[in-house]
Amino acid sequence: MASVVFFASIREDLGTDRVSLDIEEGMRVSELIDALAASNGPEWGEILKAGNIKVAVNQELVSADVALAPQDEVAFFPPVTGG
Amino acid sequence: MESRILVREAPFDQQAEYELLRGSGSSVGAIVTFVGRVRDINDDDTVEALHLEHYPGMTEKELAGILHEAAERWPIISATVIHRVGDLVPGDEIVFVGIASRHRGDAFSACEFVMDFLKTRATFWKKEKTDLGDRWLTTRQSDVEAARSWRSDQP
Repeated sequence: MASVVFFASIREDLGTDRVSLDIEEGMRVSELIDALAASNGPEWGEILKAGNIKVAVNQELVSADVALAPQDEVAFFPPVTGG
Repeated sequence: MESRILVREAPFDQQAEYELLRGSGSSVGAIVTFVGRVRDINDDDTVEALHLEHYPGMTEKELAGILHEAAERWPIISATVIHRVGDLVPGDEIVFVGIASRHRGDAFSACEFVMDFLKTRATFWKKEKTDLGDRWLTTRQSDVEAARSWRSDQP
């Protein structure tokens, strides 16, 4: 099972901080979002496809629509604001 | 480079952190430290409190990556980054960056570099409680530009 985690405003907008789901080898991030929207509601698609959203796979920021593996940890979050 | 990276709720002791940097060797000729505090006013609104969330694991990796990049640019002997999370109030110290090196120029530059990239890469998010309600902060364009400026500025 892959873990999908959400932080900050994304977590609040979705109402959850984590979901687990089966990811097929090679599934793209965009396809993962479609799968999440299919099982949780279309608003998930809108929130996770927002223009400024950041995606990390296994705690590394990714900028492209990368392919995933079954045990990956995928994170969605807004631009960072620490310091 | 010795590095010390801490993400935690507890406050930090500047004097103790300075002593650790000072103790990293007799070749240390310069120590630059930066402390960031929670402001009471942000974008003209009164800030009552701040909540800081982060991505455990990734945050520490990003901070280690930033220190590694800094060490490739400047000869750093020892570096410390401490960032607090959880609930804070105006006046609280939120972030500490300390750099020990042979010469002051390297220490000044590395300290600023680490802060500029911490602001734009490290996975922290601030939520302010203001007199107008709660709000998540958004990235400041000036912070993005500060980090970007280092890309074209190899020392």
